[in-house]
Amino acid sequence: MSLVFYILAALTIAGALAAVLLKNTVHCALALTVAFAGLAFLFLNLDAQFAGFAQIMVYIGAVAILVVFAILLTKNSETPKDGVFSHTWLVGLLVAAAVFAMLSWAILQSVSRLPQAMPAPTVTVLQIGEALIGRYALPLEIVAVLLTVALIGAVIVAMHEKEGIQ
Amino acid sequence: MINEFDQIFVLLQHWLVSFLPAAVQPPASVLVSVTAIVCIFPALFALTTVFERKGLARIQNRIGPNRVGPFGLLQPIADGIKSLTKEDIVPLSADAAVHFLAPIVLVVAVFMGFAVLPMGRKMVLADMDTGLLFYFAMGASTELSVFMAGWSSRNKYSLLGAMRAVAQMISYEVILLLSSVTVVMMAGSLSLTKIVEAQNHYSGGLPHWYIFTPWGLAGFVMYAIAATAETNRSPFDLPEGESELVAGYHTEYSGFKFALFFLGEYLAMFSISGMGATLFLGGWSAPLASLCWVPSWIWFFSKLMLSIFVFIWLRGSLPRLRQDQLMNFAWKFVLPMCLLNLLVAGLWRFLGDGWLRWVACSAILLVAYAAMGLGEMHRKQRGPRSYRYAE
Repeated sequence: MSLVFYILAALTIAGALAAVLLKNTVHCALALTVAFAGLAFLFLNLDAQFAGFAQIMVYIGAVAILVVFAILLTKNSETPKDGVFSHTWLVGLLVAAAVFAMLSWAILQSVSRLPQAMPAPTVTVLQIGEALIGRYALPLEIVAVLLTVALIGAVIVAMHEKEGIQ
Repeated sequence: MINEFDQIFVLLQHWLVSFLPAAVQPPASVLVSVTAIVCIFPALFALTTVFERKGLARIQNRIGPNRVGPFGLLQPIADGIKSLTKEDIVPLSADAAVHFLAPIVLVVAVFMGFAVLPMGRKMVLADMDTGLLFYFAMGASTELSVFMAGWSSRNKYSLLGAMRAVAQMISYEVILLLSSVTVVMMAGSLSLTKIVEAQNHYSGGLPHWYIFTPWGLAGFVMYAIAATAETNRSPFDLPEGESELVAGYHTEYSGFKFALFFLGEYLAMFSISGMGATLFLGGWSAPLASLCWVPSWIWFFSKLMLSIFVFIWLRGSLPRLRQDQLMNFAWKFVLPMCLLNLLVAGLWRFLGDGWLRWVACSAILLVAYAAMGLGEMHRKQRGPRSYRYAE
């Protein structure tokens, strides 16, 4: 664990915490972007260039913009008077703690099961491309169909709204 | 001698670094390259502003800047001093932190793009395996800074401008990516140095640039359209249309922050032109085999400045589009053509050498272009062009 990792981890966690704790919704979205960027840098720190840049392109370039648009185009984008915290925060805290405990347990277990000194794999973009087109062609196609369905669904929802106005 | 001149900047960098102890040499050489990029492109920006104002003035039958220095050449220095000494006004209702961060995020993200551009033989800061992906990832992060600027100003013109900019940049980014993918398919690599190497050979004295193929030409035209829209240049300058929105997302910026936005916009223009030259115009390779003795960086920067000239020329000659025209053009015309171009590029690859692939690929693209154009004209019930007043 190098110093770079700790800096990036701190950045990511700070961004994620700010996204939850800040009052202004747009600030939350921007803080979430910082968390996304931190994750992308963590990927790059692990030498996973493709995953890192894809993370930046998809999450910072598209998802963050989508979140921001959704906030601005919906009516209740102003901060509510009684704060942004739900009344059932105690239950939420319990669920979050349970998920965190389970994930940490799984990760800690894997450390003892796997041999410690694994050589770092060197994966080039070419190999990723070949794997996607070769071995994982079917999952890729299924994801493509799923995305197309989502796209058509979004268009139909938008069209229906337009007819309602007329 | 010719080789030394070609590699003059690389040799200069080695010479500068050689004074330092061996331990700090790698970071120092990176630092030297970064300094060079951070100095050269803003200098080019200063020159381009004069060039643009002079060029636009010629197109509009004016004289243009001619007060400061010979032919107004010192105008950028005067502008720089002016923007440094002006008061930095932040609106009272503005979101101070985001308002402050937006121009910085923009300029940083735009500067990152230059890291992977090969500006000459062996002249690339970070020769990454995934250079193209890195470039587009950085380009995607500029959108958020535009939104940050527009939203944090708490001004309806700023917000409208930002929304327009983001919608436009997202739409045309799809085209930018899809038109570049054809080049990746042909070169078989995302590394920009490898893409240039793939184009850097000659037959009969003529280069094998990708623009000299049917799919390459179509791809380049679509790339150029998307690049113009992505940098918010006329005729796609709706986000900052001064007659509609004052100045769009940077209405509420003054002093040096405004200058940063201006700088960011021009730097984005340089980097996207450099990328276009790298992808389709052979990067730093010479246009004729007999001209290979000219240093490679001269060719790269000539191609870059030629693209800038075309940008200025377009700005002087074309009227601004309307928002619906902009979106319809992107999604209903250019995007289908882009997808078709991907198929054509695949066809080109598998038809093998010979005249058949030239005929087949050109025919498919031309027929599709004509059919879509005529179909759209017919749908909108528009006949041949007629002039009401100019007859």
